[in-house]
This record gives sequence, C-alpha cells and structure tokens, in this order.
Amino acid sequence: MTAVDPVRADVELVTVTIDGVSVQVPKDTLVIRAAEQIGVAIPRFCDHPLLAPAGACRQCLVDVPDAGNGRGFPKPQASCTLPVADGMVVSTQLTSEVADKAQQGVMELLLVNHPLDCPVCDKGGECPLQNQAMSNGRGESRFAAGGGVKRTFPKPINLSPQVLLDRERCIVCQRCTRFAAEIAGDPFIALVERGARQQIGIAEDAPFLSYFAGNTIQICPVGALTSESYRFRSRPFDLVSTPSVAEHDACGAAIRVDHRRGRVMRRLAGDDPAVNQEWITDKDRFAFAYATQPDRLTYPRIREDGELRPASWPEAFAVAARGLAAAIGAGGVGVLPGGRLTAEDAYAYAKLARVSLGTHDVDFRARPLSAEETGFLTSHVALRREVEYDDLATAGTVVLVGLEPEDEAGTLFLRLRDAVRHAGLRVLTVAPFLSRGSGKLDATLVRAIPGREAEALAAAELADLPAGAIVLAGERLATSPGALTAVAALVERTGARLAWVPRRAGDRGAIEAGCLPTLLPGGRPVADAGARVDVATGWGVDHLPEQPGRDADAIVAAAASGDLGALLVGGVDPLDTADPAAFLAALDAVPFLVSLELRESEVTRRADVVLPVAPVTDRAGTFVTWEGRPRPFEQVLANPASLPDLRVLAGIADELAALGHGPGLGFRTVEEVRREMTELGPWDGARPALEPVAAPAAGSDERPGVALATWRQLLDDASLQAGDEHLAATARPAVVRVSPTVLAALGEHVELTGDRGSTTLPAEAEPGLPDDVVWVPTRSSGRGVWADLASPGSRVTLKGASR
Amino acid sequence: MSDATPTDVGTAGPLTPVLTDTWDAERSWTLAAYERKGGYRALDVALGMAPDDVIAAVKDSGLRGRGGAGFPTGMKWSFIPQDNPKPKYLVVNADESEPGTCKDIPLMMASPHTLVEGVVIASYAIRAHRAFIYVRGEVVHVIRRVQAAVAEAYAAGHLGSDIHGSGYDLEVVVHAGAGAYICGEETALLEGLEGRRGQPRLRPPFPAVAGLYASPTVINNVESIASVPAIIGRGAAWFSSLGTEKSKGFGIFSLSGHVERPGAYEAPLGITLRELIDLAGGVRAGHGLKFWTPGGSSTPILTAEHLDVPLDFEGVGAAGSMLGTRALQVFDETVSVVRCVLRWTEFYKHESCGKCTPCREGTWWLVQILTRLDRGQGQPGDVEQLLDLCDNILGRSFCALGDGATSPITSAIRYFREEFEAGMHTASTELFPPAASTAFAPVGAGAGAGR
Repeated sequence: MTAVDPVRADVELVTVTIDGVSVQVPKDTLVIRAAEQIGVAIPRFCDHPLLAPAGACRQCLVDVPDAGNGRGFPKPQASCTLPVADGMVVSTQLTSEVADKAQQGVMELLLVNHPLDCPVCDKGGECPLQNQAMSNGRGESRFAAGGGVKRTFPKPINLSPQVLLDRERCIVCQRCTRFAAEIAGDPFIALVERGARQQIGIAEDAPFLSYFAGNTIQICPVGALTSESYRFRSRPFDLVSTPSVAEHDACGAAIRVDHRRGRVMRRLAGDDPAVNQEWITDKDRFAFAYATQPDRLTYPRIREDGELRPASWPEAFAVAARGLAAAIGAGGVGVLPGGRLTAEDAYAYAKLARVSLGTHDVDFRARPLSAEETGFLTSHVALRREVEYDDLATAGTVVLVGLEPEDEAGTLFLRLRDAVRHAGLRVLTVAPFLSRGSGKLDATLVRAIPGREAEALAAAELADLPAGAIVLAGERLATSPGALTAVAALVERTGARLAWVPRRAGDRGAIEAGCLPTLLPGGRPVADAGARVDVATGWGVDHLPEQPGRDADAIVAAAASGDLGALLVGGVDPLDTADPAAFLAALDAVPFLVSLELRESEVTRRADVVLPVAPVTDRAGTFVTWEGRPRPFEQVLANPASLPDLRVLAGIADELAALGHGPGLGFRTVEEVRREMTELGPWDGARPALEPVAAPAAGSDERPGVALATWRQLLDDASLQAGDEHLAATARPAVVRVSPTVLAALGEHVELTGDRGSTTLPAEAEPGLPDDVVWVPTRSSGRGVWADLASPGSRVTLKGASR
Repeated sequence: MSDATPTDVGTAGPLTPVLTDTWDAERSWTLAAYERKGGYRALDVALGMAPDDVIAAVKDSGLRGRGGAGFPTGMKWSFIPQDNPKPKYLVVNADESEPGTCKDIPLMMASPHTLVEGVVIASYAIRAHRAFIYVRGEVVHVIRRVQAAVAEAYAAGHLGSDIHGSGYDLEVVVHAGAGAYICGEETALLEGLEGRRGQPRLRPPFPAVAGLYASPTVINNVESIASVPAIIGRGAAWFSSLGTEKSKGFGIFSLSGHVERPGAYEAPLGITLRELIDLAGGVRAGHGLKFWTPGGSSTPILTAEHLDVPLDFEGVGAAGSMLGTRALQVFDETVSVVRCVLRWTEFYKHESCGKCTPCREGTWWLVQILTRLDRGQGQPGDVEQLLDLCDNILGRSFCALGDGATSPITSAIRYFREEFEAGMHTASTELFPPAASTAFAPVGAGAGAGR
C-alpha cells in the first residue's frame, strides 16, 4: 500500500515492511514515522516531528531483522533516529517480543525516578508518560516493590518568571532544550549535572526569557514544566477545548482555548502546519486575562448630568443614535474602530459609517499613519494576496523593511527562522541595526536611518533581487516619508512579491472590510464611481458620498477643532495613537462621544454612551492574517450578555434608521455579516495607482539631536496583556539602545528629550547603531514614546542621567 | 611467543619493550632522551613517503585500535574522504579512565614524544594540519608533561610549519578534559573538545565524515598513535610478525591487583594471563586467582579457568569477554565478587552521562540491588532481577557505557552466582573480610566463613 501521497512527483519512495505490512514512504523517513503511516504507534518521548532526532529516551526501540541489506541489527534500534532503507524489515512491539520487552524495560526505568504525584500533577490526564506507561508498561513497579529509593529534588524552580521546572518529574528527553535552541533560537536552558542528577538548568544570570518559552510546557511529555498562570488551576479532564485563533497579532496562529465553567483556564498552540505549525508566542498563550479584569464593562452606560450611569441596551442604543443623528447635521461623525476588530466587526463599522452616518470618515488605524500609507494600502495591499507562510521556504530571499518579526509578528518570525535553518532562506533587513531577532534569522543588515528607509531601499544590496524573492513591509513605514513609495518601486523594479505585515489582528481584515477613508468593502475604491454604485446597490441606499473621507489623524484634528459633531470610537488606546494628547483633546472637544469598549479606558471615561462589547472568546469572527488569509473562529464561551461590536452597531443603526438616517445594517449576527460580505464579494475593477511621495533629500539631517528608532516589543504595556503578572515579568525591560561611543560618553542612564517631553531609561550599548541614532521601545515604560517623548519622525536629544 | 620475537626487541622473555623501551632512560620524557634512542627518525621516513603509502603501511601492519574496540587503524584513516574540502583533524583520545587501565598515562608520563611523533605521522597520513590531544582532566601532571613535550617538539621543528623541511605543517593542541568518563567515548570527546557538554552524539554521521567541527576526523587511542613510529621506522612486516593472526603487534598490559609486581607489561598480543602473572612474580603469596578482568571493568570478568586464553581480540572474545584495554585486574580468593561488582557499578552510576534512560536510571537501580546484596539484605528474586535489568540495559542504551555497566554483573553472576545468592542472608564483609584483601594483610589471611 502507499500510505503517503508524495507531495511532489520527484520524491524518491522506498518500500519497507513494518509488522508484516509493506509501506512506501519517502526516502529518509524515520522508522517511527513510517510506522505511523500504517497505524502503528510506537511509544516515544524525546521524539518530536519538528525537532531534530535525539535518541535519548530509548522508548521507541524496535527490532530490525533486516536493515535492507539482508542483515539485521543485533540490537533493538531507536526508531526515532533510524531512517528507512529500501527493503528494510521492522518489527515493533506488536510483532516482536524483543522490541516489546525493550520498551517495557525502558518504561520501567523511566518510572524508577519519576515521582508518583500524578494525582496532583497538572499533566495527569493528558500525560504521554502516564498514557504510555499504561499502554506499554508493566502495572507493578519492581523498583518500588524492592524498596527502591527515588532521587529527589526540591520542588519546582523557576526557569523564568512564568515557566517552572519540577526536576523530579523530568525525564530529560531534551524536547524543551531542543525547542529553545532549534526553533526559538533562545538556548537559555540546557542540561546540567549528569547521571540520575542530570537536569534542565539555566545560567544564574540568564533565565529562560524567550518569547516562545511557553511552547516547552506544551511539548513536555511529563509534568516537569508548568506555567505560573495555569499550575494547579485545573485538571485536563475538567476542561472543554475549543479551537480558536490568536488575537494578538496579524499572524493568525491557531490556538486551543481550554475553559472550565465559562472561564478560560489556559491556551495552547493549535496544530496548523500551514500557519503556525505547532508553536505560538507567549503572548498568544498567556495573554488572555485581560478579558476578565475587574474593569471589564458588563453593561451599557450613558452620561446623565455629567455622570455615567447604567442603562439598558435599548436605552443606550437610542441615546447613542440620537446623539449621532444630531451630529450628522453638525459637522458629521468620525469613526475610529481601532485595529483589533474581526473582519465582520470592521465591516459593520464600515457600513454604519456610510449607510447610517453618511460619511467616509472611518479609519481603523490607531497608530502613527500617513496619507502615503493610505494610498499604499489602497493600491498595494487591498485585494493583494501574493505571499503565504509556505512561500518563505521557497522564496530564497526575504527582505524585511521596517519590520521586526520577533517583536511584531512572532509566528512569522518562527516560520522565517525555520526557512532560514532548513530551506536556505536568506534574510535582508532594512533597519537601523541588527536586532536580536534579526540575528536569529542570520539576517544581513541594510542600514536605514529611521525616517530614511526610502534611501536605504535604493541601496546596492537591493538593486536586484533573485526571482521568487519576497518583500515584507512593516506598518512602521508609515512614519517614514517616501518609504512605502520606495517599497512599491522595489517590487516593481525587481518583480519581488510583496506583503504588508501589520501588528494588529484586525488591521489586514479592516482594509478589505472598508474601514479606510478611501476604500469601501471588498477593496472598492471610494474614488471610483462604479465601485460606489456597486456598494450602494448592494446595501440598498441611493448613493454614497463621492469624496474620500478623512483619515484618523484628520478625524482627530477635525474633532479637536470642533468640525465634527461626534466620534464613534472602538477599541482604541489613546496612547497608541500618533499624538495621544491631541487624541484626548479631541475626545474632550467633540460634542458627543460613543465608545464601544471591553474595559474602562480614557475613552470610556470621556464618553457620552459606553457600550460594552464581547471579547473574542464570547463571539465568532474572522481575523485576516498579513497574508490575507481569513482565519475564522467560533465562539468559545456562551455569554448572552456579551454582544459583538457588529450587534451593538446594528442596534444603533436601527435607532438611527428610525430617526431617518439610513436603512439600518440589515444584519445582527456574525453569520449574516459573513453572508453579506460574501454576496458583495471583492472588487474586480480598476485599482488606483499609488501617488508617489518624495523621500527626504539625501544628506545629513540638519535638525538638532539624533534620530529616534522605535518599535513595540512583543511584550509591553499593551492593554491586551493586562492581568498576567508572570507574563509581564518575562518582558524585555525598557532600555535605551545607543552606540557604544554614546554609551561611553553618557553613562549607564540616559535622559532623552523630544518635542513631547523627557524620559530617563537605563542605557545599553548596541554595537551596530550609528552614533546619531537611538532606539527605545514604543510602549514599554511610562505612557509610551508618543505621549512622553516625541512625535513620530521627530528627533531627540540625549544627555547622561544619574538614574 | 619467543619464536615470534625478533632479536632487536629486547630480551626479557616474552616481553617486547617497544613503547616502553625508553622508559628506563634518564629523564626519559625529554626530547633529548627520546632522540638519543632514535626518536623522530621514523618521522623522516614518513615524510619521505606519500601520505597514502603511510596509510597503506599502517594497514599492512595490521595495527588495531588500542583503545578497546580493536578497529583496524589504517582502515580508519582511509575512511577520511580526501575530496571533502573541509579541514581534516586528528584527535588523540588520551582520556584514559577505564577502571584498571593504566597504559596511556604512564606512556605519556614516561615517553610523551613517542605520542607526539605518532601524531605527526598520523596527521601527515590523513592530511590533517591540526591535531588535538584530549588528555583526561584529572591527571594534571600528565597534561603538563605532554604540553612540555609538545613545546619541545615545536622548538625542535618537529611541529609547526615546514616540519623537517618537508613543507608539511601541523599544529598540535593539548586539551584538558573536565573529568568525565563519558568523554572517553569518541563522540562525547568531540563534544567536549568543541566546548559543549560531554555527551555522545548520534551516529551517523560518523566522525570520519563529520567529526570535530563537522569535519572529517580520525580519533585514535594514545597507544595506537604511539605505535605508529615503530611501524614506520621498523616496517609493517616487523610489526605484523608479532602477535597473532588477526591481532598483530604488541601492547601494554596493565597488571594490577593481587599480583606480586603490578605494572605495565608490554608484550605481543596473544600472551596469556598465566605468562603475565609469572612475569609479575605470581599471584599474591599464599593466595590463588579468583577472577580477573581482561580489559577493564567494562569487559566481562574471567576466572582461573581462563588463565591460558590468548590475550588477543579473538581469543578473549571466544572466552566470552573482550580484550578491551588490556587492563588485567587480578583478584584473589579473599575478594567478594559482589562487593567488587558493586564498586564498579557505583562507578558507572557516577559516570553515566544521563543522556539515555537505560544507563541513567538502570545504574541508579542496579546499585540499590547490589548494595542490599552486599549487605546481606538481598531479597528473593534479586539475582534474576539483576539479570533482567541488565538485559534491559545491554544494547538498549545510547552508547557503550550502559553496555559496559552490565558486563561485570552478568559475568560475575555467571561464575559466582552462589555469592550473590548468599547476599540474601550474609553480608559480604562477613564472608570476605575486606582486610584480608589488603596489601597489609598478613600472609595467608583467608576468606571468611562462606568459603
């Protein structure tokens, strides 16, 4: 039988006989995997299909009476390290007494020093050791019966603030150390000591601070590794598991949400070979407590006599609609949905803005942006789907521009690293310096002074790119004049494929959903009359405004200057925006403010109507990855009081319709939105061209100070990471990175001063940084760079500080 | 044996002092003493040959690895792929740690230049320009001596660039181990040499293809390499005229324990323990041979009935053991085999690297069973359990350390099962008072009640 369909016709197949069953598998397949093809499960611990073979646990021993050359192996062989050979004959535990005894023997030995604390162990019930001891071990322990004395260790020690190690339970299979070294590139854990005292350890001054550390807990085949956040919280058999999609970045990692009695207990990586393989970031794994914080909004509120008071949903809808209706005639309503929305929610915002509020003033971007970016998203991102994760392995060359995958797109980082290690991928990064993450990708630096990426994109290294190359552009390029124009020119010039990689889960989906002042749903350009008619017809309205709307910055400016009658704000953290003070001033200035939020915020505190919305666990939806891949997910927890944004917006739209504004949204559920989006379909007409933006003139910057490089670290002060102190403790600390020369001149602490204030941070030398560039994390200290230090694209001055 | 011994090889009966020939010289470890005895002349011969001819000569000599496994040295060298563009390396395994083995360390103490000369010739043959001598970390005096010899050799032009005007360059690094028996295993040694944790590597790839720094690497025992100058200097035919049909040449036999004159005896392979004990003045006066190891504790023990087994690879193998490192530990009738096996097993437990389950956990368990047998507190079924446990370790562990740990146990039970059975009720100290085994015991002090 042929159990494996060869992926490509040129894969060489060999025929082996396992337990009397002949099977064809690709050359170099390991015996343990060939056996899986005929449904024979050989017990194993150290083996993991995504890790290099170790042969350490010896649990998977099989008998090989014929190695393919007519001769057998005299001793049982570890099937996890033995590649198949044509004509090989293998007898597993099912047909060979030798193999069965060998496996039983190893299992008995594994249990010699393993504590009998299964009843209190987190892994109990989902433990490969427990399960396989039942299936392939003996019921009685001769070691215990003979009065054997087990080796003991003090109970758990911290490998990191989040990950704990119970050394007694550890069977030193090295899955965790191999993951750390091979997959994450963070070899902070290693074997120490020897013999029965061999254990996993860390260096005294270097805890296991990896963004991906949580994966080791999941692949640990015993209960040796546990997390502070889940340890002793529940038993696997009490949990209900629901597949879902991570909401923390634009990578769309598959996750499994384990919950008990309406409460999420933990999240695990889902198995999706096309996306995240079997790995997720620690943010995807541990950052879920935000949804259950005490400040979570659970009922609508309306402002009365200056104070917010509880209100019923119908009352809140009506009050919101009245306020918005009044505003329509008094300058209009600006809509700021934020970047964390599902595609369905984004569609609801886009439709509400056009149909009920009669405006294109809608923009999902809650971060520094530019008109150039608006144009780029319209012309080069919407409806464009040229790159998928799997393409990274065949691309040959990937150019990262203004993108730090380890911090900004963890799943993408791991896939890039996988391609670098196994497919010979070459990574070029257009960045101010070679970051730690880029180092793990063996990336070559194409140095760019922040704000002058356009200049770097014209560098000789990028004059020509080999066929198949991929350019990945980060959202930070919005702050660099001419950079996106240069990216467009680069792909035009070289024929490289392009993808735009935003940080937030909702960003990519919001574009095609129409949450841009220049785009209607389906990627239809507002400027195109045909597109407007298309959408107006689909929505059953007479016409749509002809002129593109304001972008988020312009909306904020208009609100602040009194030009807008109201703002409708979704999940936007003012501190994330390009000018937090201006944003808050706009909220204060605007006559009417409606806020759709999960938790209390600076927006809800200023709002006239506060409408609580459902967290991702309480509703179905779709995130669209940076590739453009839809990642639908279903509801995890049934919570009738928890309404998704689209249902809230539908309620407001219905009230607006009653007041004569639009026909309403025509949907109330996710399924209805999905149906409508499918019916509307994508735009197939002409796409607008990119309006080029000139890069700053070459030569040195005459402005005083040094250039400011900044991006957000994976773990920082973001609101979706609230509630897990252990996770927060694994974040990289806020430091300012300067060149060694500058560090020598200024000392261990540096005070930065920009156009918005001063910040003092510990300094670290970054050898690759030019003297006139400084790096700080965007949201890791205080209120963040944009609120406390400087405006995007501005320069800062440095001086030494005592502390 | 004497008829196979050419006249130029000394006169001490069956002994063939070649490696040990210079050990009695004044300050034998110095370059001057070595050169006075003709040192570094074989190097000139070798450098005048084509490298492949050197390999062929070593092949023809029939030299088999002296580190225990007995793999033909010339064949190992010929496995180095010369079309591989990576550098080739020679690594000398001088991590002598096998209990009972005492040949490489005295050789390096007494005549380090024999090793250094062999290193140059072997490196030249495999076209390596860098060689490493990995010396056991605990023997600091030996490390110093080898370092000094290497420095002398550099100064005299035997090492470095353009050696002896031949145009051949070689750098030699003396590396000190960090105290782990496992690093005698060649791939663990390579890991240690690379600065990593000393644990055996997965094979394939074999070191000849991807060894040190993933480059083609030959790893040879000290004595193997030290034998090379003599082979080149006196000819392969001379070497192969010594020894037996499939075990050519001579070797150092480390005789220890209950013999009158323990020491390193260099003799052709195929000599018997009876002959060696005679040379050593017999078993301790007033006592008789009880059991012995042919090649260190990792080789199954033998008894008095094996006194006439030829000590070559085939002969010892036919007797159910292994020639190993020719570490002949002799135990007389005052010794408790249970206690002896317990000590060895404790050693393996201490030295198990921890990588694989059978060795790591098995030695932990074996020690517990043997301890209670040693104390006379054994339980019914313990002997069977020991045998079953050994069966679950032998051939199931990652490297040979686990296999070696079972050898003394299974072989001791084979020959002295009744002593293990006695462990159910009587402590070994009662049956075999330890004092009787000591060097200071009065002559004729015997075993206890159990005999």
